[in-house]
Amino acid sequence: MNYVMSFVIGGLFCVIGQIIMDKFKLNAAYILVTFVVSGVFLNYFGIYDKLVEIGYSGATVPLPGFGNSLAKGAIEEASKNGFMGALSGGVMKTAPGVAAALLFGYMVAIIFNPKKK
Amino acid sequence: MKYNKESYKKVIDEYTPKNKIVKNCFMAFIFGGAICTLGEIIKNIFVSGFDVPKDDAGVMASVVLVGLSALLTGFGVYDDLGKIAGAGTIVPITGFANSVVSPALEYKKEGLVLGTAANIFKLAGPVLVYGYLSAFIVGLLSLIFK
Repeated sequence: MNYVMSFVIGGLFCVIGQIIMDKFKLNAAYILVTFVVSGVFLNYFGIYDKLVEIGYSGATVPLPGFGNSLAKGAIEEASKNGFMGALSGGVMKTAPGVAAALLFGYMVAIIFNPKKK
Repeated sequence: MKYNKESYKKVIDEYTPKNKIVKNCFMAFIFGGAICTLGEIIKNIFVSGFDVPKDDAGVMASVVLVGLSALLTGFGVYDDLGKIAGAGTIVPITGFANSVVSPALEYKKEGLVLGTAANIFKLAGPVLVYGYLSAFIVGLLSLIFK
């Protein structure tokens, strides 16, 4: 059941992205920014946690899930360390994903050569 | 090939992107859903196979997906998938990884410092800027309105 719900919710997120892309002819960067920011605020209003309960990885793997982690980290740390927590919490919580992308990106750039177009 | 009014209209209808949105959405749904399901599978492997706590397993699954996506981008496969899947390969975290690896690879010819390193967040940078900014705002809000 987790797998089915992951598939459905994750797929729906991508459909929303696709509709925005096709209808408004927006560059992918705008969609990604919108998704992350909406993930942050949906978490703040307590909606994203419910979405994760329903959609499992379908809610955490898409980019709003990244925003969700950002907000979660910022709010958690803020409750412990105040202002400094709000400043560092989001970065801390999402550091593994960002660092991994950076690390793997650099390694791939060293190993591979760009495909000729 | 010559067109008259009728056959021309037929050709135009064929290429108007009406059903295209439906088809694009379908492909985005399938590929996006599949990537998220893969994430759930990897998470469950960590939880049941290696006794990792659930929250950590989710993070680890993301890292694995990012690694897979980086590798596929290196082989040039991810961009081919993207042509079919549209937003299905952009919206998941694998798309974020792809947006980091692509410029890193593309600008390699300008050197590892000024090329790869300087451009590695060229596409993902906006996501990080607005993501971190709004996370900070939300953090502050949570302090003000307890």
